[in-house]
Amino acid sequence: MKTIQRLSDMKVGDTATIQAFHVDTGFKYRLNGLGLRIGKTFEVIRHAPFNGPFQLRIGSTELMLRKRDAHMIEVLI
Amino acid sequence: MKRIALIGMPNAGKSTLFNRMSGGSAKVANWPGVTVDLLSSKLLLDSDMVELVDLPGIYDLHGFSDDEQVVRHFLANNTVDLVLIVVNASQIDRQLSLTLQLKSLDMPAVILLNMADESKKLGISIDTEKLSTELGYPTLLLSAKYGQGYAEAYKIIESSLRTSHSRPAQALDQDFAVDQAMETELDNIVKHSVDFPAQIGNPMTEKIDRVALHPVFGLPLFFGFMFMMFQAVYTIGGPLQEGTAWLFGTFRDIALVPLLSALPPLLNGFLIGGVYDGIATVASFVPIIIVFFLFMAVVEDSGYLSRAAFLMDALMSRMGLDGRSFVMLLMGFGCNVPALMGTRTMRSRGLRLLTMLVIPFSLCSARLQVFVFITTALFSPQHAPIVLFSLYIMTFVVVILTALLFKGRFNSQEPFALELPPYRLPTTRQMVLRGWHEIGYFLKRATKFITIGVVMVWILTNMPFGVEPASAASWSGMIGEFMSPILSPAGINPELTVALIFGFVAKEIVIGALAVIYGLEGSALMAGIAEQIDWVQAYSFMLFTLIYTPCLSTIATLRAEAKSGWFTTLALVWPLTLAWVVSAGFYQAARFLGY
Repeated sequence: MKTIQRLSDMKVGDTATIQAFHVDTGFKYRLNGLGLRIGKTFEVIRHAPFNGPFQLRIGSTELMLRKRDAHMIEVLI
Repeated sequence: MKRIALIGMPNAGKSTLFNRMSGGSAKVANWPGVTVDLLSSKLLLDSDMVELVDLPGIYDLHGFSDDEQVVRHFLANNTVDLVLIVVNASQIDRQLSLTLQLKSLDMPAVILLNMADESKKLGISIDTEKLSTELGYPTLLLSAKYGQGYAEAYKIIESSLRTSHSRPAQALDQDFAVDQAMETELDNIVKHSVDFPAQIGNPMTEKIDRVALHPVFGLPLFFGFMFMMFQAVYTIGGPLQEGTAWLFGTFRDIALVPLLSALPPLLNGFLIGGVYDGIATVASFVPIIIVFFLFMAVVEDSGYLSRAAFLMDALMSRMGLDGRSFVMLLMGFGCNVPALMGTRTMRSRGLRLLTMLVIPFSLCSARLQVFVFITTALFSPQHAPIVLFSLYIMTFVVVILTALLFKGRFNSQEPFALELPPYRLPTTRQMVLRGWHEIGYFLKRATKFITIGVVMVWILTNMPFGVEPASAASWSGMIGEFMSPILSPAGINPELTVALIFGFVAKEIVIGALAVIYGLEGSALMAGIAEQIDWVQAYSFMLFTLIYTPCLSTIATLRAEAKSGWFTTLALVWPLTLAWVVSAGFYQAARFLGY
């Protein structure tokens, strides 16, 4: 049974699909440009130490995203 | 003249392609956002001169940050005859979104799927013919780095240029939201013409990242790696510097001194003891700088900088900065000026200003010359590299202190996402280009600032006429004495004071100035200085040189980028105050402890 969660709640190795962005327009375009778009599936690869950013892989792109900003993204897991 | 523009997402390899086509040496690195300004070059294409413009990378045509504004501004004010859309072939699934946006503008274009070597290794196969048909643009694979597919690209660019209708200068005011229709189109095109392997991944990069980004060992490894790098620069560069200094000294004794002996003593002294000694002393450090930049080129091209941003972001966020700020500090180790310009990728003004306030503390290669010189003169060969490394640590100490003090004034809530590109290695060609570029940069500075600086110092130390050079009666002596109440608490003597004053113009002048003031060069100069000051004074002087007012080029850049008088004033006054406090504090404490 899949549920809607915040990206910031995901664990290393989890795979999920983007549901919604609650970020400002400029940042949404930036995330889109990096490949994070609604309906796309991605994987959490690791967390940085000291409550640091997430490392995500989407297609052949890897990127880092701060936890605070990850909290603003809804995912289906 | 026809105009071709390179457009693409950050780190797609536009500057590498630009260098390849124009024979130029634009700075390249495996870091999204190296190019933040326009670069243009003229080249012969199809027996016509054309202008080739390298633009900063953009994710889409909205453009919120300053580097993206550069692209919007360019398209609004310039006619473009052809756009080369540079796409990282292995990320074609997302990077084509920019192509579709450009297509909706009816932009005359050729699509270059760059990094074909990497996409092939990943097992991605792309049907370029099908892509050409679906996109309506000529499309081909190439590798700008290794030069593959380059001849064919030239042919297609030439023929497209002949038939293309140019796009007049026109502002981008449409709404480019990557709407549902465009997303569907993108996904369809990719599905039809690109074949991705079921399991995509870069095994080498994953393996390195398991170690480099390890939650416990990642950070210590990073700092250990930096220490080893600086150690290597010192070990390799030190003897090279001594050799070069010896060559300059020999040339002076064998050729210059006999040749100019007929001249009047004052003119002779000016030419040899002023201009030649001053410039030769600075120039003897060029080999170290080249070695340093070769190492930097490897680090910058490796993709490790993005990992540094990943590892440090959590700590930087507590200081009101982010991972990019940390990477810009590292780039500042080369030169502060491009690091300051690199902050254009930041959208929040608070974050950008705070980052710009701390970048000038970064121990740049010009200051490295001064420190190599002083540490070699005053410390044993075993201690010198450690002393040098302690100054790099000091960079971070004053950065942390400054950021914590000022973060309340420069507030930022800017969200932060950054690409982590695969690890790469620079080619020999890129390394040679980089070294060559640095020599050119030194020669430019030498003719502009360093010569004028050492000439001024010579005048100050030898005037008024007939005075004992650099004595208390000379102009420099008077300035030194005048400043002495301020700087003697930091252990900085009148001679060093004059050198510091000229270091404001360019930090390299500090050693040139010392050569002129002491009337010595090479190893004799080192011995002369070691006789006059002890290690406590030397370290205090180095602390002051590290922290105080940045050089003229840095201040000009700060002013141009911040566009604020009060911020520029703050960036002048704060480092100067901090330098005095730190140096005097260190000097007094060391003396108190009996050193």
